[in-house]
Amino acid sequence: MIRARDLQVRYPGQPAPAVQGVDLQLDPGELVAVVGPNGSGKSTLLHALVGSRPLSGGSVRLCDRPIETWSPRELARTVAVVLQREETLFPLRVGETVGLGRYPHLGPLAAAGERDHAVVEAAMRQADVLDLASRRTDTLSGGEWQRVRIARALAQEPRLLLLDEPTAALDVRHEMEVLELVRRLADQGLAALLVTHHLNLAARYADRMVLLNRGQLAGVGRPATVLTPPRLQQVFEWPVAVTAWGAVPQVVPLRPGEPS
Amino acid sequence: MRAGRWWWLGGFVLGAIGLGLAIGAVPLPARGLWRGLTDPGAPEAVIVRALRLPRVLLGFLVGGSLAVCGAVLQAVVRNPLADPYLLGLSAGGALGAVAAIAAGVQATWAVPLAAFLGALATLALVYRVSLIDGRRLDSHILLLAGVVVSAFAMALVGAALSLSSAARLQNAFLWMLGGLWTASWTSVAVLAMYGLPPLALLMVQARALDLMALGEDNARHLGVDPERVKRVALLATGLLTAVAVASCGLIGFVGLIVPHAVRRLFGTSHLTLLPASFLLGGGLLVLADALARRVATPLELPVGVVTALLGVPLFALLLRRSLA
Repeated sequence: MIRARDLQVRYPGQPAPAVQGVDLQLDPGELVAVVGPNGSGKSTLLHALVGSRPLSGGSVRLCDRPIETWSPRELARTVAVVLQREETLFPLRVGETVGLGRYPHLGPLAAAGERDHAVVEAAMRQADVLDLASRRTDTLSGGEWQRVRIARALAQEPRLLLLDEPTAALDVRHEMEVLELVRRLADQGLAALLVTHHLNLAARYADRMVLLNRGQLAGVGRPATVLTPPRLQQVFEWPVAVTAWGAVPQVVPLRPGEPS
Repeated sequence: MRAGRWWWLGGFVLGAIGLGLAIGAVPLPARGLWRGLTDPGAPEAVIVRALRLPRVLLGFLVGGSLAVCGAVLQAVVRNPLADPYLLGLSAGGALGAVAAIAAGVQATWAVPLAAFLGALATLALVYRVSLIDGRRLDSHILLLAGVVVSAFAMALVGAALSLSSAARLQNAFLWMLGGLWTASWTSVAVLAMYGLPPLALLMVQARALDLMALGEDNARHLGVDPERVKRVALLATGLLTAVAVASCGLIGFVGLIVPHAVRRLFGTSHLTLLPASFLLGGGLLVLADALARRVATPLELPVGVVTALLGVPLFALLLRRSLA
């Protein structure tokens, strides 16, 4: 679906590249989690994958075509991105907001057709926001708002979904609901990339994990191969122990002096 | 419910136009107004057709254009305080007009032309200053560039005014307060022909503007090319504002308040926001102009004074209600 080779992104005025030498492949039906410390290049990697940060080296190919050759409109019909931040200066209603996901499929003045309405409704049902349709987006709770934005992404009918910390600031139930939804979508054939700080949930939901450190790959593979104490201690600069929940590794950060 | 609101808006526009035609130095009753409109030989026909109708139409087009420009710029720079004069086009237009008045140019077309050129020069300057790497426009830099270019032009206006004679000073001052007294069928025709393409262009961008309001990164991921939308929006609103400034001076508050009022009444989607803003802005300016002609007859208040006197309390009220 998407394949990045030897990716390098350098911000002007910064001594070290934000991302360097990263190889990444994502196939349909697969959920990949990107983890790493603050400033390790997770968000930059996500932006570089969809061509919204210029590459200073390497290449990204989406559906076997260089990412630079995709127009914004074409790209939005194939890839949906849910970023961390979004402005709600002039709030729309939830139904209208999800309807914006049809933008790349519509002509400039063409009214949304029957199929568009059906897609929007299905997306709202999948993300469980159908009941909120007539609410204004500035009256939603954090969890509802996040699900509305995922519904809008689904209305784009993407084959690849990228999420940048979609569950930051959500409580347990809402966090689990969002992750369950993303897992379900991946099982239905979507390729999904999830940037997150939650190592333990990433380990439970992701097929593969990508661990970044200072812009470089510190580990790629199944959660059990990536989440090992020496590696995590080196990357996060904090002592950890790794236990197991069933077959899934779970990371426990240690207090100073605590035996592992 | 929304359909009902469109009927109210239509009723308001028709009422404003009716008042605009009936009110003036010679008040016309409904029957006289009708005669003047339908019968070219009637005694009222000259007043209605040659004087008031072009003035009402000019006011409608200018008010509507300013309101649309305000709505578009608020979305593009994502700032609720944005208005059509944001980019310093008012100051540039004022500089052109005041320079022409101070120089004592007599031809009737000279002042509007000078104002138009002044506004366009400002647009070009602000656009050039805000362009990063020759291709990217940054909304924050745009705002700042508008402020500094505007300050510079207003300093020159101050210099030109302080060196002018008293009579020219008053002329320049009245021009800056804004008014529709120069209206003629020619100015209506010019404005209608000239204003239509930029308005159509902005309407085509309506959906993209909804997305721009979410932030540029989010808009890009939903299929918008933010740089293209910003360029089109700036040029189209700039051209519209320049011609509005040239034809009737500086008319404040229409472009700032009308979009906010429409968002409260019709919602924030630009597919309805833009046409509804055009109608409400047009109707409001026609109404303000009718009041401007009525309150101090036989003298005439500058319409810019009336829009501010009407607009400020309305805006304060809206602000209070949105905080409540």
